Amino acid sequence: MALSKLDNLYRQMILEHANQPHHHGTLAHLDHELELRNPTCGDVLDLQVALKDGKISDIAFSGSGCTISQASASMMCDEVRGKTPAEVEKMVMAFSDMVTGKKDEKADYDELLGDASVLEGVAQFPARIKCATLAWKAIYQAVNKEGEEHD
Amino acid sequence: MDKQMNDYSKDFPILHQTVNDERLAYLDSAATAQKPKQVLDALRHYYAYDNANVHRGVHTLAQRATDQFEAVRVKVQKLINAKSEREIVYTKGTTEGLNWVAASFATPRLKAGDEVVVSYLEHHSNLVPWQVACQKTGAKLVYLKLNADGTLDLDDVAQKINAKTKIVSLAQASNVLGVVNPIKEIAQLAHQYGAYMVVDGAQSVPHMQVDVQDLDIDFLAFSGHKMMGPTGIGILWGRFDLLEQMAPLEYGGEMIDFVDLERSTYKEVPWKFEGGTQNIAGVIGLGSAIDYLNQIGYPAIQKQEQALVAYTLPKLLAIDGLEVYGPHDSNRHTGVISFNLDHLHPHDLATALDMEGVAVRAGHHCAQPLMKYLNVAATARASFYLYNTKADADQLIEAIVKAKEFFSNGTF
Repeated sequence: MALSKLDNLYRQMILEHANQPHHHGTLAHLDHELELRNPTCGDVLDLQVALKDGKISDIAFSGSGCTISQASASMMCDEVRGKTPAEVEKMVMAFSDMVTGKKDEKADYDELLGDASVLEGVAQFPARIKCATLAWKAIYQAVNKEGEEHD
Repeated sequence: MDKQMNDYSKDFPILHQTVNDERLAYLDSAATAQKPKQVLDALRHYYAYDNANVHRGVHTLAQRATDQFEAVRVKVQKLINAKSEREIVYTKGTTEGLNWVAASFATPRLKAGDEVVVSYLEHHSNLVPWQVACQKTGAKLVYLKLNADGTLDLDDVAQKINAKTKIVSLAQASNVLGVVNPIKEIAQLAHQYGAYMVVDGAQSVPHMQVDVQDLDIDFLAFSGHKMMGPTGIGILWGRFDLLEQMAPLEYGGEMIDFVDLERSTYKEVPWKFEGGTQNIAGVIGLGSAIDYLNQIGYPAIQKQEQALVAYTLPKLLAIDGLEVYGPHDSNRHTGVISFNLDHLHPHDLATALDMEGVAVRAGHHCAQPLMKYLNVAATARASFYLYNTKADADQLIEAIVKAKEFFSNGTF
């Protein structure tokens, strides 16, 4: 059955995150807020970030999107907590390389990205890369707002 | 093959392939139609034998190219029953045509207090140009409401088109809901108040006979690529006196009459709008697509699409958890069917269908105000054209059922 190929994309952990996303909602106290849209499909992601001692202390997201974008946002929020903006930037780059099929064979993506490394399968579905990267673009822009405005 | 249906797919080489190891069922013709081999041959023949720039040069190839380029204008004129081929302006597509009408015809005529009437089911290309025209002039953009089945609310039409109305701009056929708007009646109402009637024909001209004189409209824009022609070529038709009043939007080569140091005079309608080297191959390909359409004929195309919708729609509606937007009566439904399955996001559904060889569109279909109106983020859309067959419909239904199984094995 051709749908068996879908197992590479919709791993059980991804379905669980999409169905019951972690960090879904809004924060009472926040330092950065950012809304990103995926103009091709209308997905909206609203990301709120709180910083403490130069690290991400709390994070929440809301909005609407497909399984991949919701799961990716949920996993991203899990993984960036406690990280500095510089560390987040490194993770975002690694995630981007992983889902666009530009993996560095020497790098350990499980170590770098934790659970989010299960999204590796997206690389085989080029039309869905944008779904997976939306949340990571959002956190990149949110933490880089500190210095200069990014768009 | 069902006796009601024909198999035109033999003329379309692209359809005879496998994708993701499955037979291709192309159900995305509302986005762009596939091209018959006649059109592909015409493009190849043009570039292989006749390629030259038009309206300049005295050599034989230039003359051949010019003759073919201008002959297509007559084909388009006949297709939509325009009064003169000089009412046919080449554009790059529906979007460009609508932008030109909004910017060059409407904007100089609009002022604060005037109203431009559109509906909630418009494609962005028939919304954003009017938003800009209204922002520039202080005119108000007014939206016509829809009934629950996606058809226009005619009571609302009767109220909102009034003495303040200067422009009414509507899609003849929806790219999402599969409905056809009563353009003739609305044009009559608009004209009663001295307003102009602009029609987005992107989803109608490929599928149904559109007679601009019978509809008594003022402008019609449509695209070549949705009617089996090449991309990058479209048509703006306008009433001749109105086109004459419109300033050109692009200045430069090709559109000028005489250029002096300080000023220039322009060619006449329609050539004054066609600045720069035109999409000549696109025009010739469009001409070939019109020949193909005429050879089959709109009645046969409609019959084929109706038979496909009558076959597919009840099967879709029978799938538990599947919601169809727009009319549920196949007699009142074009070949465009939008739907959602349970709580599954249409992107996830479309990826699953793609793995089964079924090409559908998923997203907001360039109609975000409509999505908001329907209270959905996005939909999946299957759209049929004459080359589709019952096998495509069966493959769609089977793939949806499989996708439903796949995702309900997760936690959906």
